[in-house]
Amino acid sequence: MTLASLLRTGLAALLLTATLVSPGTAQERSVRMLSTTSTENSGLFSYLLPIFESKTGIRVHVVAVGTGQALRAARNGDADVLMVHDKASELKFIADGHGIDRREVMYNDFVIVGPREDPAKIGGNKDVIRALQMIKKSGAAFVSRGDDSGTHKAERRLWRAAGIEPEGRSNPWYREAGSGMGATLNIAAGMNAYTLTDRGTWLSFRNRRSLSVLVEGNPLLFNQYGIMLVNPARHPHVKVAEGRALIEWITSPEGQRAIGAFTINGQQLFMPNYRGGGS
Amino acid sequence: MSEIWRALGKAMVLIADFDPDLVEIIGLSLRVSLTAVFIATVIGLPVGAAVALFRFPGRPVLVVLINALMGLPPVVVGLIVYLLLSRAGPFGVFNLLYTPTAMIIAQAILIGPIVAALTRQTVEDLWQEYGEQLTSFGVGPGRAVRTLLWDGRFSLLTGVLAGFGRASAEVGAVMIVGGNIDHLTRVMTTSITLETSKGNLEIALALGIILLIIALGINASAYAIRDVAYRAES
Repeated sequence: MTLASLLRTGLAALLLTATLVSPGTAQERSVRMLSTTSTENSGLFSYLLPIFESKTGIRVHVVAVGTGQALRAARNGDADVLMVHDKASELKFIADGHGIDRREVMYNDFVIVGPREDPAKIGGNKDVIRALQMIKKSGAAFVSRGDDSGTHKAERRLWRAAGIEPEGRSNPWYREAGSGMGATLNIAAGMNAYTLTDRGTWLSFRNRRSLSVLVEGNPLLFNQYGIMLVNPARHPHVKVAEGRALIEWITSPEGQRAIGAFTINGQQLFMPNYRGGGS
Repeated sequence: MSEIWRALGKAMVLIADFDPDLVEIIGLSLRVSLTAVFIATVIGLPVGAAVALFRFPGRPVLVVLINALMGLPPVVVGLIVYLLLSRAGPFGVFNLLYTPTAMIIAQAILIGPIVAALTRQTVEDLWQEYGEQLTSFGVGPGRAVRTLLWDGRFSLLTGVLAGFGRASAEVGAVMIVGGNIDHLTRVMTTSITLETSKGNLEIALALGIILLIIALGINASAYAIRDVAYRAES
């Protein structure tokens, strides 16, 4: 075979593969939602979205990244809908004109998990601030998400409230993983360390080793999820009808009931709490 | 250790079940990586051969650059392709982000330098060996390139296989530009990452074993083709 004929065949095959891989589902209605690793890892979406899809015929493509990365990609207009859990950044996102129609959908809570031996003796302590101070005092390892996600921001707020600046070389016990929730739990399990996790990811997490929930049930550990549409005035390609359909459904009585019905081993993972209205 | 055995068992069960989701994921992995290898070869082969045979200003710089690009971190390629394809980026209007096409582009950029660099080395070595002969026979440069590429085809095949290996094994780039969307851009490596982060270490490892089996299959077929070709010649 000569090089020229090789190139010709190559080009033909290239065109063929290009047609094969081009998404041939142009007529299918779909919407792209940027969301967080905690909701994806908990299995909520693979339970919830098929219900919406069979009802409306709209496919939901979920891209699950940390809240920081999700907000950034949504600012770039790379999705139609955004569902994250960091109220302060969400309100800023809306105020800056990047998103519209924010609604509070559901909440769960954060828990502090740690090794069963519990070197900092925080087990059963409801006072999360005191627990963090005890972890620092004991010098036991604490793994932080360290990825500017919603959970990481919540964790940093708690350290601030405890009067502790954990970041920096002077605190070798504080390890920033720079990873998603599941990956961070794997690290904490591997090194018998404490970490802050959302309850959803924890309940569906399968590699706990010696970790168990030590601190829970404090109002400071409340974790609110919000959903919003990427502003179509700024990004004209946003699929407004499909995006609104998803937001309407997830905040409708039916969608809210479905969220409440999602359980793992009999435990409810998310509490629906849409109270009407939006910002 | 027992976990690894359990993962092996799980891998066998997954394969035996012929799980439709798994078949879809494997199919997409192969489609993306093979297409990327193909594009990288179509571009990398002529570029590598040209750099090997022609002398032009800045050539040493180009050689070093191509060799260095072999070590491009996938996540950096992913980021660059993300910024290019993002709605806010220069190619945003094509709406390619979070599609298999975006993943193919990222992987082709990742392995193009591998194919080009290995082609350049192969052709250059052959040229040192046969260059004088070819010139004395009065063979023109175009013909010489073809002869050398054909002579070096088995070494070049190894280069292409190295490219495929890198493409099918990387996760950093496809995660960023594909988004690991279920039934759309989820491939073997992003599934492994997802299952690991769910703590399903055995399923993750089972998927890894299946990926290894696929790589073995592809390399074995390449070896077999090579073997048949050798025999046909001798």
